Amino acid sequence: MPEGGPHIVAKDLTMAYGDFLIQQNLNFEIRRGEVFIIMGGSGCGKSTLLKIMIGLKSPKTGDVFYDGKAFWASSKQEQVAVKRKFGTLFQSGALWSGMTLAENIGLALKQYTDLDDAEIREVAAYKLALVGLAGFEDFYPSEISGGMKKRAGLARGMAMDPDILFFDEPSAGLDPISAKLLDDLILELRDSLGTTVVVVTHELESIFAIGDNSVFLDPVTKTQLATGNPKELRDHSPNFDVRNFLMRGTAPQEASAA
Amino acid sequence: MSAAAITANDAGAGTVQVALSGDWLLGHGLPGPDPVLDRLRKAPKPSSVAFDTGSLGDWDTGLVTALVAIHRSAEANGVQVDDAGLPEGARRLVALAFAVKEREGARRTDERTPFLQRIGESTLDAWNAGKELLAFVGEMILSARRFFTGKATYLRSDILLHIEEAGADALPIVTLISFLIGMIFAFVGVMQLNMFGAGIFTANLVALAMVREMSAIMTGIIMAGRTGAAYAAQIGTMKVNEEVDALSTLGINPMDFLVTPRVIALILMMPLLSLYSSLMGILGGMLVGLIMLDVSLQQYVQQTISAVGLNSLFGGLFKSLVYGILVALAGCQQGIACGSSAMAVGQATTQAVVRGIVLIVVSASVLTVIYINLGI
Repeated sequence: MPEGGPHIVAKDLTMAYGDFLIQQNLNFEIRRGEVFIIMGGSGCGKSTLLKIMIGLKSPKTGDVFYDGKAFWASSKQEQVAVKRKFGTLFQSGALWSGMTLAENIGLALKQYTDLDDAEIREVAAYKLALVGLAGFEDFYPSEISGGMKKRAGLARGMAMDPDILFFDEPSAGLDPISAKLLDDLILELRDSLGTTVVVVTHELESIFAIGDNSVFLDPVTKTQLATGNPKELRDHSPNFDVRNFLMRGTAPQEASAA
Repeated sequence: MSAAAITANDAGAGTVQVALSGDWLLGHGLPGPDPVLDRLRKAPKPSSVAFDTGSLGDWDTGLVTALVAIHRSAEANGVQVDDAGLPEGARRLVALAFAVKEREGARRTDERTPFLQRIGESTLDAWNAGKELLAFVGEMILSARRFFTGKATYLRSDILLHIEEAGADALPIVTLISFLIGMIFAFVGVMQLNMFGAGIFTANLVALAMVREMSAIMTGIIMAGRTGAAYAAQIGTMKVNEEVDALSTLGINPMDFLVTPRVIALILMMPLLSLYSSLMGILGGMLVGLIMLDVSLQQYVQQTISAVGLNSLFGGLFKSLVYGILVALAGCQQGIACGSSAMAVGQATTQAVVRGIVLIVVSASVLTVIYINLGI
C-alpha cells in the first residue's frame, strides 16, 4: 500500500445534471486514515459529490484520484478493482430487501472471494456482531427498525474490509444515542483498521466529534467555500457563511483571531 | 359569534382607516380584503393605512391572509402601513410572512405550450423512448452473454424464485382465461358451422386458433399484466431505495443481477404456459362441442388431433417465446429507467404493461405475416 501521498484527491471537479450546474471547481485532498466531512446546506450537492466519488455518477469535468490514479479516466475493469476497496453506507441503508442480513453481507464475499457458504456466514455473523446486531443473520430488512437497517448497512459496507468507507448522512433519522454510537463506531473503525472515512453530513455534533478535515459546499456560489478541520473553520474561517453554518447561525461577523 | 366585517374610511391627512370587526375565522364566510384593496388603488392616493381592531373578536389565518394581501397591495402602491392597531400576534405573523424575501424565479407561472410544440415534444419523447429500449436490448444481449459464459453475478435461488412466480403461480389465471376463451370460440364455431352442417369443424377452429395464436397472445397479455408489472415495480422500488446503487458500488452489474435472471425465468416459462393454455382452451371448446354438437368424445378428439400439425404447434410456441422476451424486456427496462419517487414507480409499472401489450400485438401481426409467407 503506498504511503505518504494523499489517499483521495479531487481535482477541478464540476458536477451537473444535464445543463443544471450543481458545483464547480472542487479541489480537496483526503489523507489516509482521516475522517473527512463533506458538509453544506441542503441541496448544495453533497450527496451528488459522494455519488461521483463512489463511481455512480460521472463528473462533468475533473477527476477523483485514488492513490494518485485517476478514477474516471480509467477503464471499467480498473474502476471495478478500485471500487472493491470501497464500503458504502447509503442514506436509507439500501439493504437488498429480498435477502436476509447475512445474505446481504455475504454477497460481496461471494462475488470476490473463494470462501465457502459456511465461512461467508461466519464472516457475516461477525460483522453483524461488530455493529451490535448479533443474532439477526436471518432477519429480512423489512423486519428491523430504521436504526438497525443503518447499522446492518454499515456491516455490509464493511464486509470486504474496505480501505475507504463512505457514509451518506449516517445520523439522519437516528435518535441522539444511536447517532452517538454510530459516531463512536466510525472512530473505532478508523483507529483499529486505519480506514479512511468520508462522511456526508450536516449534523454539527457529528462534524465536530469525528471530523479531522472537511470541505464546505455552498449552494449559492456553487463551489467550495472552505476546506480544513471543522473546529478550526468554526473559530477562524475568514468566511462568514462557513462560521455561521458551523455555529448554527449565531456567528459574529468577525472571525476570532487565530 | 358575530359576522366578520371590514371597512375602509378616509380618516383625513391621507390616512385610510381600516376597521375590522367580528370573528375572523376561516370557513365562516369572511369578506376578504377587497374594500381596502379597492380604496388603495383609487385616487386620491392615500399616504398610509392604519388599523382599528377595537371590535375584532377571535381571529386565525383568515385574518392574517387578508392582512398580508393588504400589505402587499400597499407596498405595490407605495402606501405606508401603520400596523400599531393590529393585535400583537397578528402583527408578528404578518412580519414573519415578509421576513424572508420571495426567492427570485421560485414562483412558477402557468405556461401553455402551443399545440405544435406539444406534438414535437411527444414525438421526440417517443423517439427517445425507442432509443432507450434499443440501448437496453443491447445491454441485455451483453448481459446474456456474460450469463452463459459464467461471468455474471446472480443468485441461483433468485432464478428459481422468479420461475415459480412467473410459472406455477400464474397457472390459475391462465387456466381460467384459456378455458373460457376456448368455450367462446366453440360457441361461435358451433353456431356458424352448424348452419351448413359442418359442426364437427368446430374442433378444428378451436384447436387451431388456440395453438397457433390465442394461447400465446393471451398468456403474453396475462404475463404483461402480472409479471411484467411486477418486474417493473420490483426493480423500480429497488431503484428508489438505492438498492440498485448499492449493487453498482459493489461492482455487480444490475443487468446481470436483476434483469437477466428475470428474463430467463420468463423465457423458460412462457412456452410452457402457452402449451398449457392451448390444452385448456381445447378442453373448454370440447366441453361446449360435446354438449351442443351430436358428436362423441372420440370423434371430437380425433378431429382435433388431425387439425393440429407440428408446424402449428411449434409456430405457436415460438410466438410465445417472443412475447415472453418482449414482456420481460418492457418490464425490466421500465424498472431500470424508473425515477426516484413513489409516483415514478407507478408510472413505470403502467408503462411496463402498456408497452408489453403493444409490443405483443405488433409482433403478433409481424409474425403472422411472416408465417403466412413461409407457409407455416
